[in-house]
Amino acid sequence: MIQRLLKGTVDWVDARLPVVDAFKTHMSEYYAPKNFNFWYYFGVLSMVVLVNQLVTGIWLTMFYSPTDAFASVEYIMRDVQFGWLIRYMHAVGASAFFAVVYLHMFRGLMYGSYKPPRELVWICGMLIYLALMAEGFLGYVLPWGNMSYWGAQVIISLAEAIPFQVIPFVDGDKAAAMGEALTTWVRGDYLLSDATVNKFFALHVVAIPLVLVALVVLHILALHEVGSNNPDGVEIKENLDENGVPKDGIPFHPYYTVKDLVGVVIFLMVFSLVVFFFPDMGGYFLEKPNFEAANPMVTPDHIAPVWYYGPYYAMLRATTFSFIFTAKTWGLIVMGAGIAVLFVLPWLDRHPVKSIRYKGMFSKITLWLFAIFFVALGYLGTQPADRSFLGLSFTAWAQIGTFYYFIYFLVFLPFGHRFEKSKPVPTRVTGGKA
Amino acid sequence: MRQLMLILMGLMATLFASVSVAADDASANAIVKADVNIHDKVSKQRGAKLFVNYCMGCHSLQYQRYGRMGEDLGIPEEVVLENLNFVSDRIGDTMRNAMDKDDAAEWFGATPPDLTMVARLRTPDWLYSYLIGFYEDESRPYGYNNKVFPLVGMPHVLADLEEELGEEKFKEAMLDLTNFLVYTSEPIQETRRKIGFGVLFFLLILLIPAYLLKREYWKDVK
Repeated sequence: MIQRLLKGTVDWVDARLPVVDAFKTHMSEYYAPKNFNFWYYFGVLSMVVLVNQLVTGIWLTMFYSPTDAFASVEYIMRDVQFGWLIRYMHAVGASAFFAVVYLHMFRGLMYGSYKPPRELVWICGMLIYLALMAEGFLGYVLPWGNMSYWGAQVIISLAEAIPFQVIPFVDGDKAAAMGEALTTWVRGDYLLSDATVNKFFALHVVAIPLVLVALVVLHILALHEVGSNNPDGVEIKENLDENGVPKDGIPFHPYYTVKDLVGVVIFLMVFSLVVFFFPDMGGYFLEKPNFEAANPMVTPDHIAPVWYYGPYYAMLRATTFSFIFTAKTWGLIVMGAGIAVLFVLPWLDRHPVKSIRYKGMFSKITLWLFAIFFVALGYLGTQPADRSFLGLSFTAWAQIGTFYYFIYFLVFLPFGHRFEKSKPVPTRVTGGKA
Repeated sequence: MRQLMLILMGLMATLFASVSVAADDASANAIVKADVNIHDKVSKQRGAKLFVNYCMGCHSLQYQRYGRMGEDLGIPEEVVLENLNFVSDRIGDTMRNAMDKDDAAEWFGATPPDLTMVARLRTPDWLYSYLIGFYEDESRPYGYNNKVFPLVGMPHVLADLEEELGEEKFKEAMLDLTNFLVYTSEPIQETRRKIGFGVLFFLLILLIPAYLLKREYWKDVK
């Protein structure tokens, strides 16, 4: 009886909206390679964190007030039932989002998941990353602690470093005036104020999330059109059985839904460990100066970005030369180029082999060096620059890291295959014993 | 591949461990460990008493409510209103004080900061070291200077107490005060950890059927 009612309902809806078809296309008849490994959890985990951010964000919006920002966050932490939990989940969630996204991107880099025909999957992903950076920055300002204030001060002042003088008929003075006008427009005031917080609040809770969700949909639609890559970099669609089903593919549902469930539970354990036991992560997730309200009169000893902006902030600071433009302008250009270069990754990588498994030693070593330098840049970005390591200043290390970053993308990826002998790529996926 | 990865990761860890930090100044060296026990209610009660008697004239706890403090530290409402709340007569009020901010800035060179979250803004260790770090210095307007906060504007308001209790007892009292301020910096922290254990336990149990389900389905994947 109930079953008939249910079937009737589904049929009725399906006649008007292709729900059954959609479920088949994206779940039960979406064939994913059967050899996904550990690195393939981070896609679904990004979705989990996105949902966490949306849900906790909605609840925070119910109690947060941009005109009384700092006090309203403490109100959430102290007086709202379970407000502390929602707030910690959101704050730790921000860091978790970047953590899983960085690992997800690194997976792509390892297995060449951006290579044809998946260029648009990668570009949609990069747009998500860009939106995420904007979202993270806007959200970081909202608690209006002292680090929010000074961090925003530093980042917004970057608009003044935009080299408007490259525009014809714009001289230095006019360029400076344009930069100033732009920062005033971004702040919505002559200095950082409630107007800024109100504006950032609107962007953080409505504008960017809409963009993010839309991009995630595009990312997945594009992926399901071309099919998933895998650790072997083998195109499973090239080996179909008599029904047109990839021989090395298995339906996403139920196989990967149940497998991902295990990954999600393990992720939630790590996430809960942080939320309940180390919510400020020793100052890396919630920075100490943010426990006092924004104060234009008191500059924190060391203004540091949150860890996830570390690599690009290190690049900004590492740029110390001034030639035609100021060092700050060059820093902005280098930082921008660091992100822009990722967008054209599918066309930079000219290696005939997709997966790192079958690339030669040169590719393996340069890839892992890249990972090390990226993590090191992230660390350097959060530290004061006046320290040294192995006799070289942190600034010098950041310069080396930045240099390697660009060399990797502009030289090693395009030409690395000439320096090595690759292993033969199998035609079918392996169990990972390669 | 996997070996290479492990070797490189190990190398990275050793390198990071050997980062040399520029020599810290004397004020950083004066910081000692604050051995506070956040579960010690009596210590936090003593700290609360010290705070309202010695600190609250100048420093507020503007985000901390009297009632919440009473509940969390196990102090009955009447006792809170009678012995700890000198400013208002409502249990739901936040712990503000009556000092005028501009006056205070004139008297001490800076407005005494609100201390609700001072333990998270600094660290418990810093706070404790600061409290026991006052020493006589005739060059300062109030005759005292501080080891971890050189040229601090605050007078040594606890000097009498220090004399009365002697060094050991005074240090214990300052530990209580630190403990209380660690509490006010995040009143939920004890409950947070308690719930955390429950959540982790639940997830651990949930992992079992999740794993078995996966194994059952993946049996047919060759």
